[in-house]
Amino acid sequence: MNRPSGYAIVLGTRASRVGLLAAGIGCVVLFTMPFWAGSSTMRLLIEIMCFLTLAQMWNLLAGYGGLISIGQQAFVGVGAYGLFLCANHLGVNPFVAVLLGGLTAAALALPVAVITFRLKGGYFAVGTWVVAEVCRLAVSNVQFLGGGSGQSLTAMRGIPKALRESITFWIAAAITVGMVALTYWMLRSRFGMALTAIRDSEAASKSQGIHVQKIKLYVFVFAAFGSGLVGALYYLNALRISPASAFDLNWVVIAIFIVVIGGIGTLEGPIIGTLVYFGLRELLADYGSWYLMALGLCAVIVMIKWPKGIWGTIQHKYDLCFFPVQRRVRVLE
Amino acid sequence: MLEVNELRVFYGDFQALFGIDFHIEAGQTVSIIGANGAGKSTFLKTLCGQLRPRSGSVLFEGRPIGGRPPSAIASQGISMVPEGRRLFPSLSVEENILSGGFSGRNGPWTLERVYRLFPALRLHRNAPAMTLSGGQQQMAAIGRALMANPRLLICDEISLGLAPAVIKDIYAALPQLLQEGVALILVEQDVNTALSVSDYAYCFMHGRVSLQGQPGALSKTAISDAYFGIQ
Amino acid sequence: MDWLAVVMHGTLAGGGYALFAIGLSLAYGVMRLVNIAHGDFIVLAAYIALVIAVALGLHPLLALPIVAAIMFGLGYLLQRTVLNRVLGTDILPPLLVTFGLAIILQNGLLEVFSADARVLPAGTLATDSVRLGSGLAVGLLPLATLMTAVACTFGLSWLFRRTRLGMAFRATSDDPHTAQLVGIKDKHIYALAMGIAFAVMAVGGVFMGMRASFTPDLGPSYLIYSFEAVVIGGVGSIWGTLAGAILLGIAQGVGYSFGPGWGVLTGHIVFLLVLLFRPAGLFSRSQP
Repeated sequence: MNRPSGYAIVLGTRASRVGLLAAGIGCVVLFTMPFWAGSSTMRLLIEIMCFLTLAQMWNLLAGYGGLISIGQQAFVGVGAYGLFLCANHLGVNPFVAVLLGGLTAAALALPVAVITFRLKGGYFAVGTWVVAEVCRLAVSNVQFLGGGSGQSLTAMRGIPKALRESITFWIAAAITVGMVALTYWMLRSRFGMALTAIRDSEAASKSQGIHVQKIKLYVFVFAAFGSGLVGALYYLNALRISPASAFDLNWVVIAIFIVVIGGIGTLEGPIIGTLVYFGLRELLADYGSWYLMALGLCAVIVMIKWPKGIWGTIQHKYDLCFFPVQRRVRVLE
Repeated sequence: MLEVNELRVFYGDFQALFGIDFHIEAGQTVSIIGANGAGKSTFLKTLCGQLRPRSGSVLFEGRPIGGRPPSAIASQGISMVPEGRRLFPSLSVEENILSGGFSGRNGPWTLERVYRLFPALRLHRNAPAMTLSGGQQQMAAIGRALMANPRLLICDEISLGLAPAVIKDIYAALPQLLQEGVALILVEQDVNTALSVSDYAYCFMHGRVSLQGQPGALSKTAISDAYFGIQ
Repeated sequence: MDWLAVVMHGTLAGGGYALFAIGLSLAYGVMRLVNIAHGDFIVLAAYIALVIAVALGLHPLLALPIVAAIMFGLGYLLQRTVLNRVLGTDILPPLLVTFGLAIILQNGLLEVFSADARVLPAGTLATDSVRLGSGLAVGLLPLATLMTAVACTFGLSWLFRRTRLGMAFRATSDDPHTAQLVGIKDKHIYALAMGIAFAVMAVGGVFMGMRASFTPDLGPSYLIYSFEAVVIGGVGSIWGTLAGAILLGIAQGVGYSFGPGWGVLTGHIVFLLVLLFRPAGLFSRSQP
């Protein structure tokens, strides 16, 4: 066997270059949409972008951080109410207040982590759900935020419709592209390597000096920030909020469905999962609760038969990766 | 009684056993020696059903058992005293011994007989299992395996972590286990102790049988070469 | 605030929560499984009881054995066919599968029974009360619920400690691999544990269904109460679960006395406080 003359550690593959190019073109198209797309198309796209971002956050938590949360709706709701608090009651420009909503959610994530990190596995999941319920109940008791029936985003009055829709859309695009890019960049960094190490084996990671709890905390806060942005964005678009809607369990139900079907622990997975979800929703729109049942059934079957999800299975079979985060050793001649 | 041919076992993509041939008759004591990582535990786990063979056959009393679940193999009459004893912490000493009876086999071994073999256990019968000393835990683990009334008993490193006097006591009890034609596979790192009680010995190295024969016929140099793999 | 009355009624409410929580505690204790659909199966039991009680003209308590038997079978089958296949070291698959089941159950019940509130007709049992000296009156049904909860806890504790099956449960919970080695058929054991858990959940569903109205969306609340009871009491102890359930009931009772929006929230707060200051639970032991 000849000794190789050297080796290089590479991050990109040919598929990833294709993927980056496609993503670049997609972004350009996306940002020009307010000039040529209709209102309802933009509204639908904003919704799609909200769920895609939320799914990426849940995927980051569960697929990379090993933290399975069914309480992410807490941060969605808190981010949304942060927007309403700042815009309606503190006089902040509503578009700027979206960012403040995200930061509010991130701030809440710290004490939540302190409490819930004492739980493990399935118990952690239910614990996060309890936190979401506490948030919902607490907000319902706050009268100036609309109490149980909610309130409208009065701060948006006086802004012309076309302008409002365009700026909302650009914010949505910026958040989505930004959070996905940020996540991708994070996973490719040393932080990402530490995350993958923790995901594979916590005990081994600790012995290598990786500060497991601190890293999990960062991931948790980052995901909360992203979820808060999504909440603020969604209700910026919807112009009206209520506790039942903002803290609805369905936020996390749909995010989980998207991630599980698309492929957990991959970046491409949530993108595919979002397309599948919205496709199914259009198809089954007339069937009421049956469509949610179909989602549930799909998730159960996929989890049993193809636990890697659509993309995960394809990736495993064909070694295909558009957004690679793994380093490969390439032997140089 | 037990016939193993060309056994190959993998952990995922990693091959651990490369075509093992092994043979044991009723009433025989066979030891398997070898360094850590040689494949001894892998072999035993495959015999007990905790691992599936990739290829090759394992025949026990004429019937194939490769790939069958551990509880089924236990019902057929193979019983293991696992490495590290592995008593159940939530169970008392007596309950641990009795748990061997879950395989549902009838035979000469009863709780009384186990207590006669290891009187120290009777004294502590209701104590939580983990409060026993290492040697007593080993006795309890053997007692548990015996309650299954096995035809083939496998002892995986039963002398590990025990004082020499204790090891002597345990090995002194072994002949009583073999009265009804029970076969015994002993896996030990302590080569001398194992060979002194065996009819036949296999030496494993890197997942292969590097040496086999009757203990008297194997020279010390041959054994250490086969054990350590000096070429 | 009449402290004695609040504590008394809270304790009685805790009886119902205990019946809910025992099943969760059992499933987790034996196989480390957290069934997200736990509460939804309790609701399902209540609806099954409704159908049987109406169809056969039976009092719900007479229908209870039938419901419990059906739920036992359902739990056994569910574990054997679906959940055993996703049990393993990875916590994600069982969580997601049971989550999917919860969605299916909630929406399925909604489709079949609609969102109308139903109640199990219990006749005088629901309205009778019992005098407990010093002028304190308690409802007969809540008292019966608590006594049933204590009986179930006692029964399960006895099952774990004194029976061969209980020995198999404890051994499998300690060390599934070695349990298999000694001949315990773990697939069957897990299914039996789930079946028993479901049977107790059926009891809980029937009693609560007699006590208050139920709708298809109550599952998540039942899950959360069960979970809070188990955590407050301490994971791994069935008597601890009972104690935790009673404490939860009392906490909620105290909260309700301040206003209707505060009952459940107070329970959540107590749960979070226990988690913060005594994460192992108030009555935990290392062995059940």
